[in-house]
Amino acid sequence: MQQILTITKRELGAYFGSLMAYMLLILFLGFSGFFTWIYGNDIFFIKQATMMPFFSIAYWTLFFLIPALTMRLFSEENRMGTLKLLLTKPISDLQIIVGKYLATLILIAIALALTLPYVITLANIGNLDFGQVASGYLALLLFSSMYISLGLLTSSLTKNQIVSVLLSLFIGVFFQLIFGMLADGSSGFFGSLLNYLNVNSHFDSMIRGLIDSRDLIYFLGFTFVGLLLTEIMILRKRIA
Amino acid sequence: MDIIVKNLTKKYGLQKAIDDLSFTVKTGEILGFLGPNGAGKTTTMNAITTYLIPDTGTISVGGYTLEKNKDEIKKHIGYLPEDNPLYEDMPIIDYLRFVAKLHSIPSSLMDEKIGNVIETCGLEREKHKKIIELSKGYRQRVGLAQALIHDPDVLILDEPTVGLDPNQIKEIREMIKKIGKKKTVILSSHILAEVEATCDRILIINRGKIVADGKPHELRKQISGNQIVKVKIEDVDINMAVEGFNAIEGVILTDILDKENKVFEIQGTPDTGLPASIFKLCAKNNWVLTELSPVEAKLEDIFMELTSIKN
Repeated sequence: MQQILTITKRELGAYFGSLMAYMLLILFLGFSGFFTWIYGNDIFFIKQATMMPFFSIAYWTLFFLIPALTMRLFSEENRMGTLKLLLTKPISDLQIIVGKYLATLILIAIALALTLPYVITLANIGNLDFGQVASGYLALLLFSSMYISLGLLTSSLTKNQIVSVLLSLFIGVFFQLIFGMLADGSSGFFGSLLNYLNVNSHFDSMIRGLIDSRDLIYFLGFTFVGLLLTEIMILRKRIA
Repeated sequence: MDIIVKNLTKKYGLQKAIDDLSFTVKTGEILGFLGPNGAGKTTTMNAITTYLIPDTGTISVGGYTLEKNKDEIKKHIGYLPEDNPLYEDMPIIDYLRFVAKLHSIPSSLMDEKIGNVIETCGLEREKHKKIIELSKGYRQRVGLAQALIHDPDVLILDEPTVGLDPNQIKEIREMIKKIGKKKTVILSSHILAEVEATCDRILIINRGKIVADGKPHELRKQISGNQIVKVKIEDVDINMAVEGFNAIEGVILTDILDKENKVFEIQGTPDTGLPASIFKLCAKNNWVLTELSPVEAKLEDIFMELTSIKN
């Protein structure tokens, strides 16, 4: 665990040292704040004390921001050669991957924590369902966890950070949109499979306050597979 | 800690980067790993340091094998990879702390260990600077410092003086020699003078195979069986001198290096006492002998001969 935390601390240092973290926080709070409070289907427009508009905005904001955070995690190490340095230290490949994963998840958690004033404000002006809010935040964390693992995987595939981002968004858009659209036009086993692969169906039920084991398995399973594939990609480098 | 490499083979596609390589390095030995670019030096080092998984063969470091005790090997090895990769965004001291933590150095010993390597590698004045602000020489010192932080028994240095100026090269070489007294060191280079100045033993590899193994002077003997002597004589008739030299028993060839200054290079069969015979010849003919020196085969010649034969 000590080794994992060493990597996590180093990565968090790199995020805050390169202004990446501040950029994320400003962009995330800027976008989500603007659309939650000021523009479009905002909270005042629907006239309900609910965090739903925020969760829906955060869903897309994080989808685009996470690949920008994860792109350098392995691409940069590969390009600079520092991955070789890490892999020859007494730390396992998986510990390195989990350390990096945790650093990004913590950064997202900080961004989400900074939106807690939204909750306090809403609780003061209306009757807020705290259970639903907690479930929504959990959904955002799990959703982030899933895309962080995808980002780690695409970052381990290339030395080019832009390629990593694009690949991450390309794969992500299938889960985010395309599987859902295909599921609408399909039926039977194939239809329900596509529907299960669609992130929105899981995310939607969680932000409504419904915590179902199938949704948890989906997010955690995706994360697990992503981290495992990243480990395999790194192992491939050692064999190739 | 001894390093034993047995029948190591690693292929990249169809090409064999190392081909059935076997060698041993003993504790306290500085082994110079020499070979042209692409000979397989880095691949071998990557395999010893556990970065690469070889196709076949075994590696044992202090009795720990690559298959069973990879983590133990990692603990005992300090590695300075080729091109010296570093986290440039970190200040030196934070970087060394990071590496020390990866090596699980207890926090009570942390400052002492970091202080030691900073002193050994001459980083005292720069220690708070970010790595990106450092010159190449200082970066190399940081690379060496991270390899030494856990006081490893085995040190693997891939081209440690590349890109340094002559003063820095001298300093790094001295540092390696000092460190190498107690540790097992493998140092790779394609610069012969470097290996000769630093190492106890030289291993020349070419196309993944060992083509020579021995101490520098042994390698010289191995390649050039003949003895060569350089002679300078004042005021002598060149033709007479050549005639005289050729008449000496065991002389194979007399070369005139400099007609004006009367400098000759005489090659003779080994163990014929060539210098003594030349001296006697000069004394007998009253020739003023101003230089009589043995010519050693240069390591460059050995290297070129060995690596070009195999090519």
